[in-house]
Amino acid sequence: MEYLLAFVVGGLFCVVGQLLFDLTSWTPGHVLTAFTVAGGLLGGVGWYDKLIEFAGAGASLPISSFGNALVNGAMSEAAANGVIGVLTGMFELTSTGVTAAIIFGFLAAVVFSPRG
Amino acid sequence: MSRNLKEKFQLSAKEYQDMVQQKKPRPPLLKNMVVAFVSGGLICLLGQLVLNFFIGMGFTTQEASNPTVAFFIFLGALATGLGVFDKIAHHTGAGTAIPVTGFANSITSAALEFKREGFVAGVGSKMFLLAGSVIVFGVMTALVIGLISAVI
Repeated sequence: MEYLLAFVVGGLFCVVGQLLFDLTSWTPGHVLTAFTVAGGLLGGVGWYDKLIEFAGAGASLPISSFGNALVNGAMSEAAANGVIGVLTGMFELTSTGVTAAIIFGFLAAVVFSPRG
Repeated sequence: MSRNLKEKFQLSAKEYQDMVQQKKPRPPLLKNMVVAFVSGGLICLLGQLVLNFFIGMGFTTQEASNPTVAFFIFLGALATGLGVFDKIAHHTGAGTAIPVTGFANSITSAALEFKREGFVAGVGSKMFLLAGSVIVFGVMTALVIGLISAVI
């Protein structure tokens, strides 16, 4: 059941993205940014975590979960340490993703050469 | 040519735009949606498998999403480096762009594209050329919401 939910919810996220690609003149960068911001806003009201509870990887793999994690990091540290926590906590939950992207992106550039 | 005839064949900017809109190939909307749904769904299904693998290794459900995301960033970077990402993404569209594989692809493809400009001036400084705005606007969103939450 959890695999079906991950498939359906993750697929629906991508359908929304596809509609934005096809029906607007946004670049992929605009669409990914919009997803991140939307994930952050949904995270702010606590809905995104509920969606992750419901759909697992179906909600945690789309890029919107990056926005949600940034907001959660900022909010949980803000709750503990006040306004300064927004600065110190923001990347608490998302450091893995950003670190992995830098490391694997760099290593790929070392190992591979551009094509075309 | 008489003035009259010339006017007859002249298109206003709006008429021209309408013609362009009519002739422009329309994306096959339904097909694209189905392909994005299936391919994106499959990535997330695979993600659930990886997530459960890490939970089996002793991570809590929340902790397990970090190594899962890292694994898919690895996959996205590898597929981009091998040159297969673009071939797949050509068919899958948002199905591979919306999951973190798309984030990894944007970073890796920029890093590779600017490799010829050197590792410092190219790879290092251009890596976030496309993905930078995801991080910047994600942070600004989190700043606003974080500040609001700190005040209330």
